[in-house]
Amino acid sequence: MTITQIEIQLVAIVVAAACALPGVYLVLRGMAMMSDAISHAILPGIVIAFLIVGNLNSPLLIVGAALMGLITVVLVEVLTRSGLVREDTAIGLVFPALFSIGVILIARYAGDIHLDLDAVLLGELAFAPFNRLEIAGVDLGPQGLYAMGAIGLMNLVFILLFYKELKLATFDAALASTLGFAPVALHYLLMGLVSLTAVAAFDAVGAILVVALIVGPPAAARLLTDRLGTTLVLSVALGVACAISGYWLAHWLDASIAGSMATMVGVCFTAAFLFAPVHGYVAQQRSRRKQRWSFARRALLIHLLQHERLPEAEWECHADHLQDHFSWDLSFAESVINQAIERDSITLEDGRLRLTSGGRSLAEKLLGDH
Amino acid sequence: MEVLSNLVQPLFADYTLRTVALGSTVLGLVSGALGTYAVLRGQSLIGDAISHAALPGIALAFLITGSRVTLVLLLGALAAGWLATICVMAVTQNRRVKYDTALGLVLTVFFGIGLLLLTYLQQTAGARQAGLDTFLFGQAATLVTEDVWTMAFLGSIALAGIGLFWKEFKLLSFDPAFGRTLGLPMRALDVLLMTLIAVAIAIGLQTVGVVLMSAMLIAPAAAARQWTNRLSTMVGLSALFGVLAGVSGTLVSSAFANLPTGPTIVMAVSLIVAFSLLFAPARGIVWRRRVAGELTDAKADMMDGEPPR
Repeated sequence: MTITQIEIQLVAIVVAAACALPGVYLVLRGMAMMSDAISHAILPGIVIAFLIVGNLNSPLLIVGAALMGLITVVLVEVLTRSGLVREDTAIGLVFPALFSIGVILIARYAGDIHLDLDAVLLGELAFAPFNRLEIAGVDLGPQGLYAMGAIGLMNLVFILLFYKELKLATFDAALASTLGFAPVALHYLLMGLVSLTAVAAFDAVGAILVVALIVGPPAAARLLTDRLGTTLVLSVALGVACAISGYWLAHWLDASIAGSMATMVGVCFTAAFLFAPVHGYVAQQRSRRKQRWSFARRALLIHLLQHERLPEAEWECHADHLQDHFSWDLSFAESVINQAIERDSITLEDGRLRLTSGGRSLAEKLLGDH
Repeated sequence: MEVLSNLVQPLFADYTLRTVALGSTVLGLVSGALGTYAVLRGQSLIGDAISHAALPGIALAFLITGSRVTLVLLLGALAAGWLATICVMAVTQNRRVKYDTALGLVLTVFFGIGLLLLTYLQQTAGARQAGLDTFLFGQAATLVTEDVWTMAFLGSIALAGIGLFWKEFKLLSFDPAFGRTLGLPMRALDVLLMTLIAVAIAIGLQTVGVVLMSAMLIAPAAAARQWTNRLSTMVGLSALFGVLAGVSGTLVSSAFANLPTGPTIVMAVSLIVAFSLLFAPARGIVWRRRVAGELTDAKADMMDGEPPR
């Protein structure tokens, strides 16, 4: 690995970690699309700040962008509160309008400078090492690393400081406000941080793919754990894993790094979606199947218990009767019988099913429970 | 009046402008009509996911066929957009994945894959020359008559779909549970409607681009919603607003230098939305303020012992 490669990966790691932290709360609050809206809507903020300052590297650009992010949040809320449109419609109305303003401003007033739209949307991580931070002539490494690191640190400090408050506001906003935790203020702080994170990640991964890093790792982590703390740690870990694997995929294909990082986010989420231990698709199918078998076995035991001493027992407790009685198909009925025999709950003799003593007490217990 | 004729006159003289205006008309009409359902069903942002997801479809269509024919690329876009909606539906089956999370994920992962493919193509096949880039922001000026025909062809399929399944889609939008009790295949209808919406979006990609296309889907419908409570009126009005925004945006952008068409159309439709939110009778903000004002006036009058007006 060359120094440049290491530097690119470092920036990617920091970006991924910084995005995943606030992302957890967005995903939990059902505000994932807000990150998409913010990341697009900050464009006019950047452009207007640039037109005022005249310098692409001014920190004022970040301030302008973050302000525009907050304005987006406020606009969406005002529209939603008016009761005229739903929240998702409001989001869908606000950010394209703001983004259009940004694009038009660039086209009309900033066409000659280097504010390339492709770069804004898609980012170019490969250029990250070219912008160096130099203090007193000493090269300290890529600028993006420090900018992103600072914002990631801010996110971390914010979450550590307000961990309890955020948790309460996320899971029970009403309780949070009755306890005096000002969930609204917290909400805007969080949104401000999301805006800042989106702006800073802009350079590296662009407006659209920053959403992958904000939403993807937390969405995957949520499938893997039920605990908030673990979700946060896992999200960062998964984000970092996607960043590194994405970099090498891009290296191998000689293609966009941001694009392949988002692709890896997709792979990571799909894996979690399918194979997560409890909430994954496979596990859920398996537990559903297990429940179905266990229910069928219980139904059989209770059926036998209720009919065993009665005159019709000969027919009711016959193996061939189960298909009619439960409308099970033949192979299913056979499997249920076999499973019950294996568990020593019943015996089978000339087609006649009889409860063992263990089976009987189990069936009585099941009946007693209900 | 003179301003208007200055704007409209080139329509008859300028081939490119006429083509673009026709294209925007088709786009506004179809996306306006279909968008009604997205807005009513609380799926306003599905368009955003579909349009972004179209990118890998376009890239793959080009990679596989090597063709730049609009219809081929749009079919690719359509297929990918359709797959994206299926993914959203499948992923939200898991109760731990919220709808908006699924949208955000599908949107950005598909787009990322598209970007990966595009940048990969750029080295191998010269995608920049293939004009695939134009789909990002849309480049209305590249529209030719053939493209407009393609758009009109796909658009009429989408509109015919609404006509054929009018009652079913109405039921799907307002009371899907009742539809199920009637024995209608609501899930299949859901997929069908999503497919038609994906068609509407594919139509607009070349003009407005993947980023802004979602606005063309929902903004006309959100505006139309303020003026009426009837579905048929809403679909008609929404289509009308879409056409209005498409044509006026095209004309304004052609009248000024350096005014990109897609964003200008979106600004036009946003103005229509703003106007509707403020001034629509009964629902509009200004209207409600006035009614509220009259009410307090009447109340004050009553306090003063005068009969209400």
